[in-house]
Amino acid sequence: MGSIILYTVLSLSALAAISAVVLHFVAQKFRVYEDPRIDEVEHTLPGANCGGCGFAGCRNFAEALVKAETLDGLNCPVGGESVMKEVARILGKEAGAQVPMVAVVRCNGTPEYRPRTNVYDGVKSCAVAHLLYTGEGGCPTGCLGYGDCVDVCQFDAIHMDPETGLPVVTDDKCTACGACVKACPRNIIELRKKNKKDRKIYIACVNQEKGAICIKNCKVSCIACGKCVKVCPFDAITMENNLAYIDAEKCRLCRKCAPECPTHAILEINFPPPKAAETTEAKEQSA
Amino acid sequence: MLRTFKKGGIHPEENKLTAGKKIRVLPVPEMVHLPVIQHLGMPARPLVKKGDKVKTGQLIAEADGFVSANVHSPVSGTVSKVDLMMDAGGYRKMTISIQTEGDEWMEEIDRTPQHKPDINLQPEEILKKIAAAGIVGMGGATFPTHVKLTIPRGRKAESVIINGVECEPFLTSDHALMLEKGPEIFTGIKILMKVLGVNQAFVGIEANKPDAIKLFRDLAMRHIGISVVPLRVKYPQGGEKQLIKAVTGREVPSGKLPIDVGTVVVNVGTTYAIYEAVQKNKPLIERVVTVTGKQLPNAGNFLVRIGTPIEKLIEAAGGLPQNTGKVLYGGPMMGKALPSTDIPAGKGCSGILVMPLEESRRREMKVCIRCAKCVQACPMGLEPYLLMAMSERRYFDRMENERVMDCIECGSCSYICPSDRPLLDYIRLGKSEVNKIIRSRK
Amino acid sequence: MNQKLIVSPSPHISGDYSIRKLMMHVVIALIPAFLVSVWFFGYAAVLVTAISVASCVLFEYIIQRFVMKVKPTVDDGSAVVTGVLLAFNVPANLPVWIIILGALVAIGIAKMSFGGLGNNPFNPALVARVFLLISFPVQMTTWPLPKGFETSYADAVTGATPLGILKEGIRNGSSVTELMHASAMPDYQQLFIGNMGGSLGEIAAGALLLGFIYLLWKRVITWHIPVTIILTVAAFTTILWLVNPSRYADPLFHLLTGGLLLGAIYMATDYVTSPMSIPGMIIYAIGIGIVTVVIRVWGAYPEGVSFAILFMNAFVPLINRYIKPGRFGEEVRHA
Repeated sequence: MGSIILYTVLSLSALAAISAVVLHFVAQKFRVYEDPRIDEVEHTLPGANCGGCGFAGCRNFAEALVKAETLDGLNCPVGGESVMKEVARILGKEAGAQVPMVAVVRCNGTPEYRPRTNVYDGVKSCAVAHLLYTGEGGCPTGCLGYGDCVDVCQFDAIHMDPETGLPVVTDDKCTACGACVKACPRNIIELRKKNKKDRKIYIACVNQEKGAICIKNCKVSCIACGKCVKVCPFDAITMENNLAYIDAEKCRLCRKCAPECPTHAILEINFPPPKAAETTEAKEQSA
Repeated sequence: MLRTFKKGGIHPEENKLTAGKKIRVLPVPEMVHLPVIQHLGMPARPLVKKGDKVKTGQLIAEADGFVSANVHSPVSGTVSKVDLMMDAGGYRKMTISIQTEGDEWMEEIDRTPQHKPDINLQPEEILKKIAAAGIVGMGGATFPTHVKLTIPRGRKAESVIINGVECEPFLTSDHALMLEKGPEIFTGIKILMKVLGVNQAFVGIEANKPDAIKLFRDLAMRHIGISVVPLRVKYPQGGEKQLIKAVTGREVPSGKLPIDVGTVVVNVGTTYAIYEAVQKNKPLIERVVTVTGKQLPNAGNFLVRIGTPIEKLIEAAGGLPQNTGKVLYGGPMMGKALPSTDIPAGKGCSGILVMPLEESRRREMKVCIRCAKCVQACPMGLEPYLLMAMSERRYFDRMENERVMDCIECGSCSYICPSDRPLLDYIRLGKSEVNKIIRSRK
Repeated sequence: MNQKLIVSPSPHISGDYSIRKLMMHVVIALIPAFLVSVWFFGYAAVLVTAISVASCVLFEYIIQRFVMKVKPTVDDGSAVVTGVLLAFNVPANLPVWIIILGALVAIGIAKMSFGGLGNNPFNPALVARVFLLISFPVQMTTWPLPKGFETSYADAVTGATPLGILKEGIRNGSSVTELMHASAMPDYQQLFIGNMGGSLGEIAAGALLLGFIYLLWKRVITWHIPVTIILTVAAFTTILWLVNPSRYADPLFHLLTGGLLLGAIYMATDYVTSPMSIPGMIIYAIGIGIVTVVIRVWGAYPEGVSFAILFMNAFVPLINRYIKPGRFGEEVRHA
C-alpha cells in the first residue's frame, strides 16, 4: 500500500517538474514583448470599448497612445479630461486640448409640423425604412423615428419621445462617442461643441431641397431664405445647397438668428424666454 | 414534362383575375407627368420648357450618355411645368408635366393598324431606331434596351429569349398583349434576331396561359428559328436567370450577364414596343397596364399613355375601394407600395394592384425555427436566415462571402417563412451596405 | 378614401405557413403510430402520452412566464410535439413521476436553458430520453409485451425488444439464425405491424411510414434525412450481413426494429437541430446511420439511434458553417 502511494507521489511530482521546466522555456521562447505602459494606460481607460476615440476598443487606443508622438487629436470622450490627464502623466506627455462635445438631433419634424401621410408597416429600423422610401412624413431627410440611434447608444443617453417621434439626448450622459451619428442613415445627428448650461442654437433641419419643395412636407424646415445668414454678427451661419448651417465654434449664442427664421427652423435650447416676448406681454397688459 | 428551373421557387396563388380580359384603351388624360428618369442609368435632359407646344410622340428629353433613354411626349398639348415631382418612392424627381390639348401625332409615326411584317433595315439602323424610340425593359426593370442589345466585344449571342412568363400573381398585361398582338410580336422577335445576329429565338410562356401558348405555337410554325417553350408555373420563373436556366439549361455565373452564356432576354411587351418603333416609327408612349384587385369592380388590362396619373387608372377600374390598405406599383411579390396615388404610370408600370386592408398588414414576426424553408425556396441557392442574422448584427463584410449580391430580391424567402420574418428587408439592407464596401475598394 | 395608404417593402403577400400549422401536421402524422401503440399497450399508452404532453406544455408555460418573464408561446405547438415524441421514446409502463421528470429535462434543460425554440443545439426529446435511460436504466429497459387492450399499466408482463433479444443472444454465443427463430423473436410481419416489445412509438414500422408520407405530402419535411439514414443503415448492415450472416442480422431486421424509423423520420428531422442545407442534411444523415449501426453491433446498448442523433446534433453548427447549399451559377452548365 505504502509503495503505491510512494510511486504515485514520485511519478506525479516528476511529471509536474518536467511540465514546469518545459512550460518555462516555451513561455520564454514565444514571449511577445509588449510595452508595459500599454497595460497601465489601458487600466485608466473606461473599458467601454465604444469606439468613440476612433479606435477598435480601449486596448487598441492604449496601444496608439503609447506609440503616439503627441497626444494631440487623441481623446477619450467617455473618460474625458480626467482620464486624458492621467494618461498624459503615465506617458510623460502633454494632454491635448479637449473640446467637450455633445450629440445634437437636427430635426424637429413632429407630427404637428410634418404630418404623416402614410403608414409604414415594414421593419421598424431607420436603416431599412430609409432604403425603401422617404418615410411617413414625406421628407427625404427627416427623422424616421424608429430608433436606430437609441439602439446603439451604450450610455443610455438618447431616447425616443413617443409623442414627437423624435430622439431626445440626455446631455449629462452623452459622451459624444459618435455611435448615434454613424447609426443615423440620414446624418441628422451631429456632434457639436458643448456650451455652458447645455445651451444650444442650431438649425433643426438637414433638408437640401429647394424651399418651395421642403415646406410642402414640413412647416419647420429650412427654406434657405438667408435671413439668418444676414443677421448673424459673427459670420457663424453659412448657406449651402439650400440649407443654412450654424458653425458651433463661431457661434456666440447671441440669439439674433432664431427670431429671424420665418419657419422657426432654428432652435434655441435651455435659454430663458426671449426679452421681446416679455415686452409684448407688458404692452398687452397695459393696453 | 414542362421545363423549369431546378433550384428553389414557390407557388403563390395566381389570382389572374383579369386573364383573358380584352385590352381597353384608357382615354387620354388631361395632364400627364413624365419623369426624366423612368429607366436605369442617367436621367434624360429636358428639351422643352414651360409653355412649349408638343405633339404626341415628340422627343421632350434626350438621353444623357449611353446608359440612358429618350423620353417622348405621349400627348399633344402645352408643357405646364418642368419641376420636381414625387415618384413611387416618395422622392421628388425632375418631371415634365403636359396639359393635354387634342391628340395630334408627329407626322412620321405610322398610325395605320395593319401589321407590317417586312424588315428592311440593317442591324445598326435598327439599333439606332430602338435607342431613338426611348425603349426600356418593360417587364419592370426599365433597363435601356439598346444598351442590352449592344453586344460587348468578345462576346457572341447564340439565341434570344422572349420573356412571356409573367410569373407575378395578378398581372396579366403581357398575357393580353400576346393574345391580341401575336403577329406583331413575332415581327418584333425577327427584328431582335436580326439585331443580335442570331437564328434561334425561344418564347417562354408559363403553362397557366394555354391560349397564348397555342396561339404562339401556331404563329411559330410560319417562322423558322422561333420556338415556344411552355414552362412550369413556379415563381420566379420570369426572373432572367431562372428563365435562361429553364430554356437553355445554362446558369449565368455569379456577377455575370446573360450574354456571358450566349443569350439576351427581352420582355414580350418590350418586343412589341420594338416592333412599333422599327416598323411604325412610334416611340414608347403607351403600354398595357393591368389594374387589378379583389375588390375592384372593373378590373382589367388597359392601354395607357405613359405619364397617366395612377388615380386615373384606378378610376377606370371602378375607383379606389373604401377599405383599401395598399396600392402596389407592380405585382405583389416585387412591386412597390405607393405612399400616394398621385404618381404617374412610368414605362416600367406593368400593373397596379389594389389590396384590401385586411390583407395589407404584416403578421407579427416570431423566432427563427431553423426550418430551412427559406434556403429551399431561394432560387439563387442562398441562405436567407443567415443573411438576415448577419444583417441584424451588422456583419456586412461577412455577407459578401455568403453571396448576398447574388440575391435577385424575388421575395420567395419572406413569402415562405412560417415565422413571418422580414428576411428580404434585412437582406436588402445588407446588399446596400455591401455595395458601399465594394465601391469604397475601387 | 380618408385612410392613409400602407407602405412596406416587398413582398406584399405571404404563404399560409405558421409554426403552429407545421407542429400540428407532425402530431397528425404520429396518430397512426399512436393508435397502434394503444392497440398493443392499451390504456398505458394513452396515459404515458397524455402525461408527457401535459407536463411539457405546463413546464414550458411556467418557465416562460415566471422564470424567463416573457410571453408564453405554448400555443405554437412545439411543446406538444416534444411531449408526444418523448412519450414515444419510453416504455408504456414507465412510472408517472419519471415521465414528468423527463418532461422537465426536455423542456427546462434541453430547450429553455438555451433560449427557447430555435436556440437548442440538441433534440429535447432525445436529451430527456437519454437522461432517463442513464438515470433509470431498469425502468427504461423493462418493456411491456404487446398484449392488446387488456394490458394494465404498472403490472404488465414484460420482455425484451427484438434488438435486446439479439444483443443478449449474441453475447451468450447463439448465432443470429438461431435467434431469429427463437419463440420470443417476432417475425417480419409482426415487426412491420408492431407486435413487438419496445417503446410506444418505435414498434409500428408501417404506421410510422404512413406518417412519413403524410409529412412529405404536407411539405413539412423533405425526404433527404430519413431516406439517407435508412439507406446508410441498410448498406452498412448489408455489408456486415454478407460478411458473416451468423453474427450480424440482416438489413431488413435492422430497419424494422428499434427506434430507427421513429428516429429517422421524426427525431432526426427536427428543424432546430438538423442542418440547413441539403448537402449538409445528407452528411448528417449518413453520420447518424453509421453511428447507429456501430452502437447496435459493437456497442453496449442494443439500440443506438438516440445516441447517434444526439452525436450528430453536435456537428450541425459545423456542418452549417462549412457545407453550403449549391449556389446558382457556380459552374456554367450547358444544356
